[in-house]
Amino acid sequence: MTDSKYFTTTKKGEIFELKAELNSDKKEKKKEAVKKVIASMTVGKDVSALFPDVVNCMQTDNLELKKLVYLYLMNYAKSQPDMAIMAVNTFVKDCEDPNPLIRALAVRTMGCIRVDKITEYLCEPLRKCLKDEDPYVRKTAAVCVAKLHDINAQLVEDQGFLDTLKDLISDSNPMVVANAVAALSEIAESHPNSNLLDLNPQTINKLLTALNECTEWGQIFILDCLANYTPRDDRESQSICERVTPRLSHANSAVVLSAVKVLMKFMEMLPKDLDYYGTLLKKLAPPLVTLLSAEPELQYVALRNINLIVQKRPEILKHEMKVFFVKYNDPIYVKLEKLDIMIRLASQANIAQVLAELKEYATEVDVDFVRKAVRAIGRCAIKVEQSAERCVSTLLDLIQTKVNYVVQEAIVVIKDIFRKYPNKYESVIATLCENLDSLDEPEARAAMIWIVGEYAERIDNADELLESFLEGFHDESTQVQLQLLTAIVKLFLKKPTETQELVQQVLSLATQDSDNPDLRDRGYIYWRLLSTDPVAAKEVVLAEKPLISEETDLIEPTLLDELICHIGTLASVYHKPPSAFVEGGRGVQHKRLPARAGSGESAESPDVGQAVSAVSDAPPAVIPSQGDLLGDLLNLDLAPPTSNVPPVPSSMQMGAMDLLGGGLDSLMGDESETSASHYRTEVQSPQPPECSERELGGDVGGSPAMGVSLGGAPVGMPAGLGAAPAVGGGLGDLFDLGGGVGVTAGSYIPPKTVWLPAMKAKGLEISGTFARRSGVIHMDLSFTNKAMSVMTDFAIQFNKNSFGLAPAGPLQVLTPLSPNQTVDVSLPLSTTGPVMKMEPLNNLQVAVKNNIDVFYFSCQYPISLLFVEDGKMDRQVFLATWKDIPSENEAQFQIKDCHLNSDAASNKLQGSNIFTVAKRTVDTQDMLYQSVKLTNGIWMLAELRIQTGNPNSTDLEVGVIFLSGLNSNLPSSRRRTSWHALLSAPHHLSLTTQSVF
Amino acid sequence: MIGGLFIYNHKGEVLISRVYRDDIGRNAVDAFRVNVIHARQQVRSPVTNIARTSFFHVKRSNIWLAAVTKQNVNAAMVFEFLYKMCDVMTAYFGKISEENIKNNFVLIYELLDEILDFGYPQNSETGALKTFITQQGIKSQLQTKEEQSQITSQVTGQIGWRREGIKYRRNELFLDVLESVNLLMSPQGQVLSAHVSGRVVMKSYLSGMPECKFGMNDKIVIDKQGKGGTTDEAGKSELGGSSGKQSIAIDDCTFHQCVRLSKFDSERSISFIPPDGEYELMRYRTTKDIILPFRVIPLVREVGRTKLEVKVVIKSNFKPSLLAQKIEVRIPTPLNTSGVQVICMKGKAKYKASENAIVWKIKRMAGMKESQISAEIELLPTNDKKKWARPPISMNFEVPFAPSGLKVRYLKVFEPKLNYSDHDVIKWVRYIGRSGIYETRC
Repeated sequence: MTDSKYFTTTKKGEIFELKAELNSDKKEKKKEAVKKVIASMTVGKDVSALFPDVVNCMQTDNLELKKLVYLYLMNYAKSQPDMAIMAVNTFVKDCEDPNPLIRALAVRTMGCIRVDKITEYLCEPLRKCLKDEDPYVRKTAAVCVAKLHDINAQLVEDQGFLDTLKDLISDSNPMVVANAVAALSEIAESHPNSNLLDLNPQTINKLLTALNECTEWGQIFILDCLANYTPRDDRESQSICERVTPRLSHANSAVVLSAVKVLMKFMEMLPKDLDYYGTLLKKLAPPLVTLLSAEPELQYVALRNINLIVQKRPEILKHEMKVFFVKYNDPIYVKLEKLDIMIRLASQANIAQVLAELKEYATEVDVDFVRKAVRAIGRCAIKVEQSAERCVSTLLDLIQTKVNYVVQEAIVVIKDIFRKYPNKYESVIATLCENLDSLDEPEARAAMIWIVGEYAERIDNADELLESFLEGFHDESTQVQLQLLTAIVKLFLKKPTETQELVQQVLSLATQDSDNPDLRDRGYIYWRLLSTDPVAAKEVVLAEKPLISEETDLIEPTLLDELICHIGTLASVYHKPPSAFVEGGRGVQHKRLPARAGSGESAESPDVGQAVSAVSDAPPAVIPSQGDLLGDLLNLDLAPPTSNVPPVPSSMQMGAMDLLGGGLDSLMGDESETSASHYRTEVQSPQPPECSERELGGDVGGSPAMGVSLGGAPVGMPAGLGAAPAVGGGLGDLFDLGGGVGVTAGSYIPPKTVWLPAMKAKGLEISGTFARRSGVIHMDLSFTNKAMSVMTDFAIQFNKNSFGLAPAGPLQVLTPLSPNQTVDVSLPLSTTGPVMKMEPLNNLQVAVKNNIDVFYFSCQYPISLLFVEDGKMDRQVFLATWKDIPSENEAQFQIKDCHLNSDAASNKLQGSNIFTVAKRTVDTQDMLYQSVKLTNGIWMLAELRIQTGNPNSTDLEVGVIFLSGLNSNLPSSRRRTSWHALLSAPHHLSLTTQSVF
Repeated sequence: MIGGLFIYNHKGEVLISRVYRDDIGRNAVDAFRVNVIHARQQVRSPVTNIARTSFFHVKRSNIWLAAVTKQNVNAAMVFEFLYKMCDVMTAYFGKISEENIKNNFVLIYELLDEILDFGYPQNSETGALKTFITQQGIKSQLQTKEEQSQITSQVTGQIGWRREGIKYRRNELFLDVLESVNLLMSPQGQVLSAHVSGRVVMKSYLSGMPECKFGMNDKIVIDKQGKGGTTDEAGKSELGGSSGKQSIAIDDCTFHQCVRLSKFDSERSISFIPPDGEYELMRYRTTKDIILPFRVIPLVREVGRTKLEVKVVIKSNFKPSLLAQKIEVRIPTPLNTSGVQVICMKGKAKYKASENAIVWKIKRMAGMKESQISAEIELLPTNDKKKWARPPISMNFEVPFAPSGLKVRYLKVFEPKLNYSDHDVIKWVRYIGRSGIYETRC
């Protein structure tokens, strides 16, 4: 018997015929008819009209027929909800069937029918099935809870299914555990702040046990869930790693990748000097290489992930270059990915091999692949200086092949090589010029024009070459037009006598005959520049260009860290965070790597750390003093924007010069962008936690005065602080840099106060404080049990509040709290919760639950908690914004009895993320211009005036200005604060807001 | 998780469509057809994102399998699942073809219902599935209660791959060590990369729930034992020493899910309860001390613009008593080849215009022998500036030994409940080395 015939029925009146057959008395005929219906449904025909007739076939003891009817029901029930009710009785009856396979089938199918009335009837059978004696039924029921939650989340919560599901994590059957974990993980994704999956060492232990026993798929569910856990310390982290590593030998690549994810994440917490850390690194390489012998689709997924892994931890695969060599028969998507990884792994040690390979690839057939291979040769030259010469000669060989796209690609990368090693390989220009005619792609043309312009003095016929491009000026793409304009201006500045005509021609083409505003503006600027001051023009246009960076197209570190948490998933394939491709809020919360414990090495990439600290070490630029404040601000606006335009002595010229300077400055930036558009410097994207530590360290080191003054009055560290490893590491760092001066730097942490007295809370006393550590807001809580009985099951929730504070994770009170015991907990907070204006503004209403009752209290957090680490405003922006602030947003205060000079004040304030943008001295006054950014994007700007004459009676005067950021939902009248509170506090500096709001 | 699973024929007509999640609509079926199967430009990635919906696809002959999702699923898992789905279908009805899929669509729907629940893969071991998803749907009525609970405990149990109560009159097992040796050699004979990827495939026909232990000449294990031997007595250490020379360094290995991984991790011993019938026990990879069965020495000379002279020598490099089989050397020729003259010492050689290659076949060749082919290739003059890419010369063969040097030392079977011992089991071991991608650049 062949079933394929069902796919071919296309005659008219088919539905009518089917109806008759469905109602036939003969079982065989009925079954045939249902099969036909399913086949029609598959190919997309609408057979919903047969609903009642198909449902009538449901009451049968033929399991195959029953399954087909169920399949039909799942497809059409939604369109015919009333009819679907007819099926309910059969479902309920089937859920009682003695055969576990039928019970499971019923509960599985019911969960797929998204009709409200059916879900109502589902609850009772589901409850029974969750406790069924047969594991097959239980594992099916566990998934059904997730289905029901997708239809009606409230119902699931009301019916208490979540608790039953949590109990299943302790089930004796590993598959039930795995499905329960999968269901809970999915439900938890839609409630990011719930402690639904409250992972604690006990549950983790259960999961790790089940991991050894369940199916390959179950192992994936469990590993993916484990990856969301943050171990308490490095020891726990190590013990979990030890139990996960055996999974690396699993035949299923997904199990391997999920295990790699867990290890990569937890490794982050291990101290680098630990032996185990090195062992783990060694263990990771072989399984990653093995993934490359899997099927091509899996290889692709693996390669995309390896690309992330080599960026995060290059040491793992540094000796494995050969396995990434491209095979002739690899599918193209595998080839392209391998090429990427080869470049990432290229180093002086293996460059010869890599180059030989790349040269081989450049002769292949696939155009994209060849292009990428040529580009890769250029990237090698930039990455490994010793190889540059060989790379250039390889590129020249390739240009000799005269294959059009190879030549063009080669010219583009040679331009980049020039930018990296100026005045070294210009001898090849002649060869490049020979190929001028064959260039038809804008990028290659632009690159060639740039080269001609840049080295015009060495190319005899540069003017002829450029002129030839000029003929079809208007047919060129913008990229080429801009480049041509710049190149001709350069040429003119180098050889003014012969090229006057040419430059006039291009300027008129750009300014008068073009519709493109970018081109026109650039044209006008050059024109005026050349006509006003050719000397200055020379300095501007022919200025020395910054060298391009070594590492190219690296993923930005914060994104990389997030993607590491998503190894194996689609996010790691797309190299995009889930929020970029998943609709709605489901499962898109940002994941982070845990912070490293111990003091270890704080900065993984020393360059980044140093560069950042160098930036913050630089003293705030001093604004030249003249006139009063108002006049000063106006002047500032007109002063030359940056130091790379030399100051011009004549005051007459200043205005005009400045205008051009400003314009050109951005213009030059623009130009260097076009010529090196695909380069991004790593230095400029700091890793938030590291750089904040560094910044603080640098400042403390640079101002011993402050260290001493603070060291004299040591601040008691709150108990919660010691528990947080990140801060521990940061502090260790600070001590080193501070040269032994004992300082508790960073933002001020008020001592804990009692928020909830024991009398009001049936014996539970809560005291606490707030702290900002490494850019994360923490609520440090102490729970004391003053009652006679043990307290368990703690949970916490916040009411909506002004800045959207919400717990970033569940409250981790791990052990039951016995009488007279105190436990300290540090709860990280996020600022992504719901927002509602509170009275006072910094009020926070909290509910804490335990096994006895729910308790409510409110507390107030210092506003400085919300000052973010990147609150340093650019000077230019500062000036512009300062003027735009309406006067009703302005406030002034005087601070008395503050014995600080301006540097110390500036340093102190920086500890609370109040940054000094600029400083200037007028007579006996020091003026500090400061900026602060709140978590919700609101900026505050301040001017601090300090009398310098008499250090003993320094009076500080503060003007504070508020500037609403985007989406500010706070009325301006509420945004009043004062600096004085934080400067006048006798031994520590903070922003307390009690007196303010 | 997986939102839906579709199977298409080569024309893009949908043969099977099963939707698991509400966020996947019928339009997804068409989106994949239009954007991937019928795409004007060949789609170059196995993962495609169309309007915020991600499609994973694999192709088997001319059948497309596509899994769809709108969430951030585990991508590796989805592909592993698609492969598994293919395995299961093959185990049920043979080759995956349009005809077979249409003939078995009811069965496929039943399977899809069982192995994927709300997009989460469930037990997909064919052994277990075949106990309760049968092509005779009525069978379920005939099962007794014990049988039913046996089925469910197997499907969900710790040992989901084997059922209880298997009995054989003759306990027998077959071990196949199948290796594929991969090589990329430069024209000068320098090994650019070489590795062996091997598989140990086991066919077991054993009664009850046998506990097995597998041993091979793994360097780590041998070294450990060698050390133990020196403390014992001189004779033993000598024995350990001699076998130590033959031990091999395994770069990495992966195991069937029946193998206790934690035990391998701690003691490096491979112990397991095997599935019944044929399955793949382990895969491994080695890169050190590989025996390259053949060496290819190419010589290509361009005589003017219209003629090429090619000479290729192959040398067999193994014991003279062994015979290699199914030897095939493939010498690529330029696209503008107009005629070829071949002379070979052994076997048959032919120029195949449709494949742009000279194919030289030798049925058998003993070890330590040498053979050669020479060819004159005439070319049509072209104005194509692009040089001929000179694809590598590739080779196929089969040899009766393991190029990695792997040896099976033992496979012990214990079945405490039933009355048979390790000695009663009949064991067979066979080694086959095949060429993987075995290329020499010219």
